[in-house]
Amino acid sequence: MIDDLKTFTTLPDRAPPGSEIGLIAWIRQNLFGSAGSSITTLILVFLFLMYLPPFVEWALINANWVGNERSICDANKAGACWAFIGVRMDQILFGLYFGANPDQVWRPVTIFIIFFTLLIPLMIDKTPRKDILGILLLLVFPALFYVLIYGGVFGIPVADTTQWGGFLLTFALAFIGILFALPIGILLALGRRSEMPVIRAICVTYIEFWRGTPLITILFMASVMLPLFFPAGVDFDKVVRAMIGITLFQSAYTAEAVRGGLSAIPKGQYEAAMALGLGYWKRTIFIILPQGLKISIPAIVNTFIALFKDTSLVSIIGLLDLLNMAQTASRSLEWNGYDIEGYLFAGFIFWMFCFGMSRYSQNLERKLDTDRRN
Amino acid sequence: MTIDIQANSIELGETIIKIDGLNKWYGQFHVLKDINLDVKRGERIVICGPSGSGKSTLIRCINRLEVHQEGSIVVDGILLTEDTKHINDVRREVGMVFQHFNLFPHLTVLENCTLALIWVRKMPKKEAEEIAMRYLERVKIPEQSQKYPGQLSGGQQQRVAIARSLCMNPRVMLFDEPTSALDPEMISEVLDVMVGLAEDGMTMLCVTHEMGFARKVANRVIFMDEGQIVEQNEPEAFFNHPQNDRTRLFLSQILQH
Repeated sequence: MIDDLKTFTTLPDRAPPGSEIGLIAWIRQNLFGSAGSSITTLILVFLFLMYLPPFVEWALINANWVGNERSICDANKAGACWAFIGVRMDQILFGLYFGANPDQVWRPVTIFIIFFTLLIPLMIDKTPRKDILGILLLLVFPALFYVLIYGGVFGIPVADTTQWGGFLLTFALAFIGILFALPIGILLALGRRSEMPVIRAICVTYIEFWRGTPLITILFMASVMLPLFFPAGVDFDKVVRAMIGITLFQSAYTAEAVRGGLSAIPKGQYEAAMALGLGYWKRTIFIILPQGLKISIPAIVNTFIALFKDTSLVSIIGLLDLLNMAQTASRSLEWNGYDIEGYLFAGFIFWMFCFGMSRYSQNLERKLDTDRRN
Repeated sequence: MTIDIQANSIELGETIIKIDGLNKWYGQFHVLKDINLDVKRGERIVICGPSGSGKSTLIRCINRLEVHQEGSIVVDGILLTEDTKHINDVRREVGMVFQHFNLFPHLTVLENCTLALIWVRKMPKKEAEEIAMRYLERVKIPEQSQKYPGQLSGGQQQRVAIARSLCMNPRVMLFDEPTSALDPEMISEVLDVMVGLAEDGMTMLCVTHEMGFARKVANRVIFMDEGQIVEQNEPEAFFNHPQNDRTRLFLSQILQH
């Protein structure tokens, strides 16, 4: 009977009850949700109030910000001696050569300006022609770096690599390490999943060997043992040796990070690509790697952050990176005793770059997440 | 066997797939046993059978997603061997639709459709996009072309997958349980597209449990069990007068509800 049919109607949406929204509700739910939670909150607030104000007082309020001599800092021991960092800034950031030759500091400054000019547009979504920017950054920039920092051409005085140091060295080691380790790591990860047993065996051996050796050992070997394998007179540059050691080590870690992403791709993706007639390399480049690398981003960035900080280990072969240069400066005759300021400053620079990498990777993950419905 | 061609049907052409003495093992497990099958151009074949009977494996051998150990498979005159060139030639002629769609989640619907046209058929991007839009219109979702697969319903995704295959202008379409992963409300939109393809004379091999579809569209139904072809016949005879008691048991189980 048509007359008996009922019509389905949707009920209107109602707002959630008041206890679920607003600041008070958030505090009640998250900070004082239970007895345990309330106690933890109170203890943390107490510790915070006890230790933070004295630190702020020392580091900011009472600090000695300006001045050229330690006598200013010695007169006011209640505050941090940032004047020391100011005086030795060039040395800590750019190494001994540029620390001693202030008229040459424009070289590293220019190189970093170029670096960020290329990098920042690459991180913004709407930039056109990112491919050209990317090529400039990955291929042209390293050459420019060498020309400008090493010098010896166009009348620029030579800054020998033995004189490279500070953040400049940290940056150079990490940049080259990342630049070479990523493609080598991707190839190793693909090789480890290859159907050809010989290729697989080579990749597994490589990865397991370098992953099983501490970086400090590799750097030591690169410095002390490498020369033994070459005839006398053939002398590799110390910085180049460190770069090679770091790349060998880092590529094994990157390979494992990438492999994790590759193995998360469902078999159906390979099959669909094969069924369309795409060969191995086209399948890999267009279907497998874009998805695999997306999944691997957190793991890859994690290894890059670790690498960035591990560059400090080059002190074992007598190179002074950011951390070691800060330490050297704070042990100089003029500023002996202001270690804490040196370490804090080096730590802050490390943190800024690592935090930047971490945030960018989160941003990238969000952007590449095509599964969300909107 | 005479094939009763239904009212809207097309003349069957020459043999396009010829399978002779096909045997396949997974390790010790003998999954396909002495399969012989000839498919003529324009034929619509539905393959059914209990799970584990080898029906999916059989159609996956046709585009060499599975490797067989004995026997021969010839597709459109090309013998399937280890030769990668032959394999890719066959895959170019044979489209496949999967149970779980297998769309590429990092590419838009349009890019899913144009990828193989651009990189396998070496077609300019603009031309590839025109072809892709034509097939997306045919499966009735041109308005979704800029979305990502994750933003579509299951039925829409499967229709995109069909369009993606059709873009390559295949001579044969393989369907591997295309509606098994769909919500009941979405099955008919996919079947409608498949019926339309059949009406246009596409050669189709379809593994499915949609017996209504088989009755309406197939000109041959194949029943498989334990890696063998148990029985094959035109749909009317297959459903009304099954010859083998194994077939009868299977039909009584799937048709009783």
